Amino acid sequence: MFAWLFVSPAERRLLGGPRFGGPTPWVIAIMSFSIMLIAASGLALASTAALVSRSIESRYALEVPGGANNLDTLVRTVRSTPGVTAVEAVPESEMRKTLERWLGPAAQSAELPVPALIDFDAAPGVNLSALQQRAQSIATGARISAHRASVGPLLHSLRLLQWVAFGLVVLLSIAASAAVVLAARGALDTHRFTIDVMHGIGATDLQVTHLFQRKILIDALVGSLAGAVAAALVLLLLASGAALAGELTGGATLGLVDLLVLAALPFALTLLATWVARTAVLRALRKAL
Amino acid sequence: MARRAHGAPLDQAPGDEVVAVAEFDSVGLRYGTGAEVLRDLDFRLRSGSFYFLTGPSGAGKTSLLKLLYLAQRPTRGRIKLFGEELSEAPREALPPFRRRIGVVFQDFRLVRHLSAFDNVALPLRVAGASDEEVEGPVREMLAWVGLADRASARPPTLSGGEQQRVAIARAVINRPELLVADEPTGNVDADMANRLMGLFTAMNRLGTTVVVATHDVGLITATPGAQLIRLENGTLVDPTGTLRNPPHPPRGAG
Repeated sequence: MFAWLFVSPAERRLLGGPRFGGPTPWVIAIMSFSIMLIAASGLALASTAALVSRSIESRYALEVPGGANNLDTLVRTVRSTPGVTAVEAVPESEMRKTLERWLGPAAQSAELPVPALIDFDAAPGVNLSALQQRAQSIATGARISAHRASVGPLLHSLRLLQWVAFGLVVLLSIAASAAVVLAARGALDTHRFTIDVMHGIGATDLQVTHLFQRKILIDALVGSLAGAVAAALVLLLLASGAALAGELTGGATLGLVDLLVLAALPFALTLLATWVARTAVLRALRKAL
Repeated sequence: MARRAHGAPLDQAPGDEVVAVAEFDSVGLRYGTGAEVLRDLDFRLRSGSFYFLTGPSGAGKTSLLKLLYLAQRPTRGRIKLFGEELSEAPREALPPFRRRIGVVFQDFRLVRHLSAFDNVALPLRVAGASDEEVEGPVREMLAWVGLADRASARPPTLSGGEQQRVAIARAVINRPELLVADEPTGNVDADMANRLMGLFTAMNRLGTTVVVATHDVGLITATPGAQLIRLENGTLVDPTGTLRNPPHPPRGAG
């Protein structure tokens, strides 16, 4: 099946020309570099979305808009509800600090009504309506909201971006394939005479195709790996130097599966390029007798 | 089966089985929408015979050779090679038949970036021979055509005559059953022409059917037992399709 990969030096000489000559390895390297970066971004977005989704899936907030004097009572009420865990009252100072981002020093004003906020996790099946009613009997206006309702649009955007990244990977792969088809046709034109001679002495289409297939496989592999290495260096720089990025993604990183996917990409691109080249060469050869 | 004497007409002996390498039946050929360059060709090439193909320029000799070495399909009629009808055979079926045919092209058709050695070795490699299997026969063949010391030279550095000898060596290296040559001695001196014809004759004695297109009457008369196919305006001159012996006796023949 893979015998064509191990052709003799004499067979390699048939196509002549310098090894890694021509634009194909460069084009593939640029495509591989772009695909790796976009794929890494897409996977990081997916990881972030999953992380955020997991962290807010069962997270709720009990909010009293005008603040609550009896916050401890409210906390005890929430904590005593079966199925409710990780109850945590957000300190007023932290609330003011958060508000300061939008209001500036005015956020520290005693006249500013700061809502009271209690975060908690609720297992599926907890009667949140009943809990809200109990809270309202303690603090008027208390209401429970799901974190996922407020973070939903962000998650939606993250997932959309993830699909955009996937689409870009597909588009770049198609572009790389098109470049390979052009390269294969160019190589066929360049070696038309040799091919005619080989056909004339009884070479089959597969024998001719194997020569091109192997050459393009090597070009594509070299280009893909070069692009992947360059992309990996960029990703390492980003990962090590961009603290802001970490903050923005909430500490999301690429997992082992993500890294394996990224590592497989250059080889997938190489296989795609080889298959496309093989198909293009075989189709072109079929036009001759 | 006992071989017939060279030069015997194909259909001479009624009842005697004739083994034909090539059979043309009402064959016509046109390129694109142009006029037919070959018309109503009906003949058979007997296995183990030696043929000269002659005729004026433009008579269709090269087109006929192209049909013989499967570089062209007829636009009408049927062609059988080695007993198989190949006029409409799928192209995938053709390579095994091409490997049984050696071709010497008028323009040599050597691969410029390959050495003389690699050019001669090409048919063997296409047939699946390993580098070890190729080495001996190719060296021997290059020595035979007087190019032993030019094995690593590339065609652009060879003279016309040397290129022609490489082309001939490539055509005969795998002992083809049918050898087709288009003006094979056009670029070599008389001595080398005699040696090359000697090679063709030797191969013919070993059973190879040889078809040589040439204008060289001296070559024809110097080859005893060879038959003549004469083309004019795309048709065989003899309307019955019978292939005749050379018009002149071979020089020096007793």
